[in-house]
Amino acid sequence: MDFGQLLTNVLTEMTGPTAIAYALAAIGLNIHFGLTGLINMGQAGFMLLGAYGFAVSTIAGAPLWLAFLVAIGAAVVFALILGLPTLKLRGDYLAIVTIAAAEIVRMVGRSTALTEITGGSEGLTGNSFKSTFQDASPLPDDRWALGPVTLATNASNSWWLRIVGWTLVLLACLFVWRLVRSPWGRVLRGIREDEDAVRALGKNVYSYKLQALVLGGVFGALGGVVFVLASSVQADSLGRPVTFNTWTILLLGGAATVLGPVLGSLLFWGALVFVRGFLRGAVPADVLSVQQVEQIGWVLVGITLILLIVFRPQGILGDKKELAINAR
Amino acid sequence: MPAEQVVDQARRSLHAVARTPGVPKPDPLLVADGVRRSFGGVNAVDVDHLEVQKHVITALIGPNGAGKTTFFNLMTGFDRPDTGSWVFDGTPLGGVAASRVAKAGMVRTFQLTKALARMTVLENMRLGARDQPGENLFTALVKPLWAPREREITDKAMALLERFKLDAKKDDFAGSLSGGQRKLLEMARALMSDPTLVMLDEPMAGVNPALTQSLLGHITDLRDTGTTVLFVEHDMHMVRHISDWVVVMAQGQVVAEGPPGEVMADQAVIDAYLGAHHDTDLGDDALLDEGGVIDAEAEAEAEAEADTEEKKP
Ligand SMILES: Nc1ncnc2c1ncn2[C@@H]1O[C@H](COP(=O)(O)OP(=O)(O)OP(=O)(O)O)[C@@H](O)[C@H]1O
Ligand SMILES: [Mg+2]
Repeated sequence: MDFGQLLTNVLTEMTGPTAIAYALAAIGLNIHFGLTGLINMGQAGFMLLGAYGFAVSTIAGAPLWLAFLVAIGAAVVFALILGLPTLKLRGDYLAIVTIAAAEIVRMVGRSTALTEITGGSEGLTGNSFKSTFQDASPLPDDRWALGPVTLATNASNSWWLRIVGWTLVLLACLFVWRLVRSPWGRVLRGIREDEDAVRALGKNVYSYKLQALVLGGVFGALGGVVFVLASSVQADSLGRPVTFNTWTILLLGGAATVLGPVLGSLLFWGALVFVRGFLRGAVPADVLSVQQVEQIGWVLVGITLILLIVFRPQGILGDKKELAINAR
Repeated sequence: MPAEQVVDQARRSLHAVARTPGVPKPDPLLVADGVRRSFGGVNAVDVDHLEVQKHVITALIGPNGAGKTTFFNLMTGFDRPDTGSWVFDGTPLGGVAASRVAKAGMVRTFQLTKALARMTVLENMRLGARDQPGENLFTALVKPLWAPREREITDKAMALLERFKLDAKKDDFAGSLSGGQRKLLEMARALMSDPTLVMLDEPMAGVNPALTQSLLGHITDLRDTGTTVLFVEHDMHMVRHISDWVVVMAQGQVVAEGPPGEVMADQAVIDAYLGAHHDTDLGDDALLDEGGVIDAEAEAEAEAEADTEEKKP
């Protein structure tokens, strides 16, 4: 087995657009759950809306900056629609509504009635909306190698997308870091602990929860844009499993920490590619088909996560002390 | 006028007030009218009229289930009454959200403490402060805009923590405090916003005697610096010691009020508290005057009750 190639693949995936997209989505989910205690079971819906917003507006002729704004705007509107009626109720309602709403977005996106706009279940091919983003690149069209990783500079899964993607992640982390340590973040953490206590201290809990939902949803939408800039917009590729993976990533890295979502995403995708590549190389193809290897990859990741939850429930970067108190 | 004089005057003016339930006060801060709340047919709160005098300490007492906590919940916007209106400091607060009630200057604590467990003691305190511009999302991003206020808040928090003997715990998670310490923290946190009226639901439950003594001092200090205090307490010793006025509730109604000495000498109140007269109408003034009769009645009643128990199928 070629370990060098395997490690190269792992490295490529860990730094790739999928890991970036999930990191952004998990940063958003961290604002919801880690900071505010909101249970959003539809982060994939925010991602998908961001993706549609970006792609559809670009196809309609919008410039790059406007397409980004449309993606963000779609997430804001979605968050308001979900939050306004539910955030006055107890937490469970938001979970139920978000999981249903994300499914509705997916169903509507792939419905034949909207084929003209969303491409129906076929989706929108990457080439139909990537041009403005790729044209914005200052890099020459080429293939560059950095260490073992060789990639196109601008096309699809490119250096350009990685540079922009990781810059977004960095900015998002700085943003969250600033907010977590501000009085605003303190109110959110108070709400996570006991919203009635925070109400009794004169804070408008409803408004803060709404702000958190919108903000986290916007990061989800940005993640969705990065996700589809590497491939295509396809409703089913941003379905329920994406939400669950995002949750896994958040808990793996450590909820309520600034860098947890990023570390979680790196490890999650690195581990997945490693396990698959390793099995493919180590087990003969007549014992396990390529498809089975794919599935076993997920199974092993699942087992690893179970072990992690048992032995390190606060996640990798989380504070054990904080969790122990919660259990009281 | 200096604060002490204001307080003295407020206390003195209570002498002239009649000892009847729902009596008007010379300078009321909170006035409740016809406030009713029932849970499945049981009237948890049924207050015709109640006034809380400004600048004094008022105690709200009554047996378990009398409706004291429910009354607090209603006044502070944590529960909605079936009917009724109330005015706080000249502003009608019926139907107003809990956070706005607190902003208006009426701040409460909870009988079952709500310490924010995974935040430190100091953070708990800071959260209680008002006018922190950094609690706005956009201002929060620019630290210089809120850092000066944060320093003021921290100083104030430390001073309060010292008073409540929690300063050594400032960096511990609130969830790691003992039950009594959480009570203290919650009370201190409520004081961070300099409320006009502070409503304490059993502030001394679980606090050790030595500390109770000094806390009583803090509560009277609060009054002497201009804060009006309304508190629920079962410890009659404490009620007698610090309150200027006592309101007695039973089965949702205000059944008696007056200065602590008089109210507590009242046989009907004693009996209501002991629960011997759960079906005697304590609102009846005649009973209040003839305390002695009630003892004999209580025995008779206990017997009668035993009889009816037997007769029940
Ligand atoms: N949420 C609720 N649902 C149903 N009944 C309730 C509710 N809250 C209070 N009650 C009822 O209302 C009555 C008054 O309760 P409340 O908690 O106000 O009593 P309390 O005077 O504070 O008693 P304690 O001294 O034990 O704290 C009780 O009979 C209680 O069972
Ligand atoms: Mg109570």
